[in-house]
Amino acid sequence: MEKEVVVEVRNLKKYFPVKVGFFRNLLGTETPVVHAVDSVNFQIRSKEIFGLVGESGCGKTTTGRTILKLTEPTEGHIIFRGKEITFLPHKDMQKLRRDMQVIFQDPYESLNPRMSVYELIAEPMRIQEVADSEEEIKDRIYKVMEEMDLVPPEEYIYRFPHELSGGQRQRVAIARAFTLDPTFVVADEPVSMLDASIRSEVSKLILNLVEEFHLSLLYITHDVALARYMCDRIAVMYLGKIVEKGPSEDVILNPFHPYTQALIRAVPVPDPTARRIDIIIRGHVPSGINPPPGCRFHTRCLKAKEICKKEEPQLIEVEKGRYVACHFPVEK
Amino acid sequence: MYYSTLRGSVKAVDNVSLGLDRRSSLGLVGESGCGKTSTMLTILKLLPTNARIISGEIYLDGQDMAKMSDSKFRKEIRWKKVSTVFQGAMNALHPMKSIGDQIAEPILLHENVSKREALERAEKLLDLVGIGASRIDWYAHELSGGMKQRSVVAMSIACNPELVILDEPTTALDVIIAAQVLKLIKELQDKLELSIIIVTHDLSMVSEVCDRVAVMYAGKIVEMGDITTVYKKPLHPYSRSLISAFPSILGSKKELKSIPGFPPDLLSPPTGCRFHPRCSFSMDICQKKDPPLLDRGSERFVACHLIGD
Repeated sequence: MEKEVVVEVRNLKKYFPVKVGFFRNLLGTETPVVHAVDSVNFQIRSKEIFGLVGESGCGKTTTGRTILKLTEPTEGHIIFRGKEITFLPHKDMQKLRRDMQVIFQDPYESLNPRMSVYELIAEPMRIQEVADSEEEIKDRIYKVMEEMDLVPPEEYIYRFPHELSGGQRQRVAIARAFTLDPTFVVADEPVSMLDASIRSEVSKLILNLVEEFHLSLLYITHDVALARYMCDRIAVMYLGKIVEKGPSEDVILNPFHPYTQALIRAVPVPDPTARRIDIIIRGHVPSGINPPPGCRFHTRCLKAKEICKKEEPQLIEVEKGRYVACHFPVEK
Repeated sequence: MYYSTLRGSVKAVDNVSLGLDRRSSLGLVGESGCGKTSTMLTILKLLPTNARIISGEIYLDGQDMAKMSDSKFRKEIRWKKVSTVFQGAMNALHPMKSIGDQIAEPILLHENVSKREALERAEKLLDLVGIGASRIDWYAHELSGGMKQRSVVAMSIACNPELVILDEPTTALDVIIAAQVLKLIKELQDKLELSIIIVTHDLSMVSEVCDRVAVMYAGKIVEMGDITTVYKKPLHPYSRSLISAFPSILGSKKELKSIPGFPPDLLSPPTGCRFHPRCSFSMDICQKKDPPLLDRGSERFVACHLIGD
């Protein structure tokens, strides 16, 4: 079971300074910061799909972007294949990008509208100079397009993004990420903009690719039901912190943290005879500028006691492979 | 209803028949571009200028609205009998008017009441949707996404309509907030005895809220019936694959199924059954003859050659 660790994140923090007015700057008051990602730890092993689940603003996207160094981390360690890349300069990072790729959420914005499908997929290979000839680039493009079910490739290579449907665009975006044969890919909500039937199709394609290319995937999503299908292990984030982590099936069927439980109970179920949605928490997510002291979830938790307001619960292993950060985890 | 475009006419809504009883709810499900929003716009007579209703009737309380003049419809029907929550309506709130004023606006336009009375009603509506009357002077930017969505729902019921059509009421909302809004819609339906049509691509949402479901594909309704029957025993191959494409958080982990291919171009839809190029049970007749939507007993309608006559 102990497979090689591909990506390790230790104590990762990312704070964004908040813009304050000129006068407050003059007064020299401390600049407020948004605690977007606050002491996050996890490991992604080879051939594993690791899911980051949470509501918008919980820091899941920022975590993904920080690992790829699309934003600079504030503190902590990012270790990629045994090598620390936390503060690696941009130039060296660019070489590494060959092995670390990303699929963005919105295929309507992530593809250059003035480039044809051929150029779009060729671009990463040209930047990384992986192919010796135009022939080779073409071969690789055709191969990856067939992989993505964009067949026959001749029909698509001269098209521009506006001539493609949402599902086809996202396939092109995924093809771009896979042309370089990466070892690690961050997929940030890759199917949330797509229709239900296309969503399952593209999800299956991603699963096949992960299998075929033997890669590790960080899958960022707000859709818990989909995370269950895609991921081997998941981590649930709330206000910049991981509140629960473990094998996805266990976490979803038997959550320990009250927030995970609330999140799962709020997911609508397609079966009309099954249990209905239920809201078991109050209020909404507080601001990340001054996160609540103690447990960040205590303001909404129905089980919160005195200690939750004062002492921050640590993420501890309660069962083999199951981690939870709560003073009073849900009993089985 | 067809859209005329430079490249020919798009058969966006083709031979659609829907029925909705008072106080019941219907979910209109389908992929993007299947014509579900166009159907809704047709019912509301809010079609763009290049759209034409080729034929058909829209009855509300026995009155044909398709033949009604636009000005009469605007004065007598829209808001007062049929109202709507558009997709993304929460982002269309006026940034410089308080939500109270915005909710009072349709009341003032459609009913003979004073500004004060209208605002009082807006207060009551805000209470009803769970925002609280005290927030009547708030502006859109002060509200969270969930509260904005609640205020557009409040607006839609401002003139006591009989039918409310909601187009993707929870997209762009977070899971927990979306659940709250769905619950609100259900409560309001019970309390105000509304009829509801929900237009969505999300089958789970229909299962949560609606009694009946109509599945649309390429401008046509392929299956319609009670939600439990359709979910448990879908008869049309398209509804069957749509249902198995949805991951569920409950029960055992099943493999996700998907539908090969892409939805057709409605400028030149496939001949015969529009689903036949993607259907794994396609027969010769499917390429030639368009299957009619037939009554299969107990209020169940299916358009498929597989099920015989």
